[in-house]
Amino acid sequence: MDDLNLLEAVERYINGQMTPDERVWFEGLRKSNPEIDQLVVEHTFFIQQFHRFDETRVFKSRLNEVHLDLAEAGAIESPRLKGKARITYLYNRYKRTGAIAASIAGVTAVAISALLWSVSPAKAPSTRDIRYLNGKIDQALTNTKRLDNRISDVEGKVVANNGTDPEAPKVVYTTGGTGFLIDPSGYLVTSAHVVGNAQSIAVQNGEGDEFQATLIQTDAARDIAILKITDPKFKAPSALPYAIRKGGAEIAEPVYTLGYPRNTVVYGEGYMAARTGFNGDTLTCQIAIAANPGNSGGPILNRNGEVVGILSAKQTTAEGVVFATQSKYLYQLMSDLRKTDTSFQRHKATAASLRSLDRTQQVKKIQDFVYRVKVS
Amino acid sequence: MVKAALNETTLLQGLARNDRKAIETIYREHYGMVQALVVNNSGSADDAKDIFQEALLVLYEKVKEGSFELHCQLKTYLYSVSRRLWLKRLMQQNRFVIGEHHGETVPVEEELETHEQRNQDFELMEKALGGLGEPCRSLLEAFYLQKKGMQEIAAAFGYTNADNAKNQKYKCLVRLKKLFFAQYKNDV
Repeated sequence: MDDLNLLEAVERYINGQMTPDERVWFEGLRKSNPEIDQLVVEHTFFIQQFHRFDETRVFKSRLNEVHLDLAEAGAIESPRLKGKARITYLYNRYKRTGAIAASIAGVTAVAISALLWSVSPAKAPSTRDIRYLNGKIDQALTNTKRLDNRISDVEGKVVANNGTDPEAPKVVYTTGGTGFLIDPSGYLVTSAHVVGNAQSIAVQNGEGDEFQATLIQTDAARDIAILKITDPKFKAPSALPYAIRKGGAEIAEPVYTLGYPRNTVVYGEGYMAARTGFNGDTLTCQIAIAANPGNSGGPILNRNGEVVGILSAKQTTAEGVVFATQSKYLYQLMSDLRKTDTSFQRHKATAASLRSLDRTQQVKKIQDFVYRVKVS
Repeated sequence: MVKAALNETTLLQGLARNDRKAIETIYREHYGMVQALVVNNSGSADDAKDIFQEALLVLYEKVKEGSFELHCQLKTYLYSVSRRLWLKRLMQQNRFVIGEHHGETVPVEEELETHEQRNQDFELMEKALGGLGEPCRSLLEAFYLQKKGMQEIAAAFGYTNADNAKNQKYKCLVRLKKLFFAQYKNDV
């Protein structure tokens, strides 16, 4: 019997899933073989520890929830939350109501913009030459879905008033882009235009798990936004495989990107073409790479697996001309954030961990840290 | 008095089930007392929150065992545990120890020892799981904690079939046990 089957037998024995005959046979085996006996004892203990860990974890988070709620309600005299922490708390608490308001606002906005669009003059040509690469998700369905949503939200609310707990409303995400972790505790960076008028943000990893996120900071000029995953389901990784480069990349340096132009992560490679961006913009740089709507916010990595930029837009009047925000601005923003937000850990640059790997291995390590950002 | 005792038993049963209502009730009634204790003895409101929550955890662990009977008022019990916990914290920080106390207390040494051990176990498991990484961690949690079937796990994690997922689960489990027991044996 190999180890795998043995362990399975042990588990079935512990869980009492064996037939009486099997059980007698296994107990005989256990008596005659001290190693198997030891394994049973050890495994029982381990599984118990594992369950206990889970129970404690759930209990602790429940306590925190209760504490926050009671403190906010003024039922206990604990200092109330301040600043960002309070906003996050309120966001979590009222996102249900918020989603209803958002969907109503959304429908109105669509109606108004349709009216405006039909009468407004064309935009100046220079801005039409450049297109941000945030993708539209199922745009055609948006309107009807929003209405559906609104109805189910209202239904949910009625149920809530009856005292039972309604399920969180399903938010329909209309636009999207890419984002990547810059801190193991759940901070992500993406392009500011991706989350521009976001009412609700979710991020999705390569396995399709979706997490709620909140907007922490945006810098529209540099087109950088920082999000934080607030979902309790999110399991923080121990460290990030890549570092953020403080300087930029050199011209002709080969670079690659990972992004979500569709529902799955897509790899693209190219090279650093110029140190400035569109019309000589010094905040961005130019890259020759294939990019599509949805690639916005994706990391631009060099051959050592260091982040050298954040993909943001492409020139519509030329092929293969893509612009990226230079990583030094991300680096600055992170330094500022570190000063104001204590939960933001010091990101340990483990650049060397990717340097020696070939591209395939690098991508394999990095892709778990690149998320699809969905916005409604 | 009888009615109050009955109420507290119901509350404890709720606590053992991790019932939100029960926790909220206990919180409402007793948090103020513990906060006063901590804040009046050179602690902050955050310390008070930590101490009270740890005391509730001690109580939770006790009632989970099933055989626990409260021989005093819940208030006295929580006060006693919180006081011991806060004393210990102060001692660890080499700070001045609480002077006279005014509340009634009961001996709680035994449960605090058990709690200490459990705390260590919790941290060990947390560390082991942290070192394990993804997708192993989610895979094991899905199987052992959320009790999902192999078929379902295979679909959710993108394995071609249940056997593949089972293989992967086995490898992950072996790694996690290794991480856990390596530290466990070091510590014990």
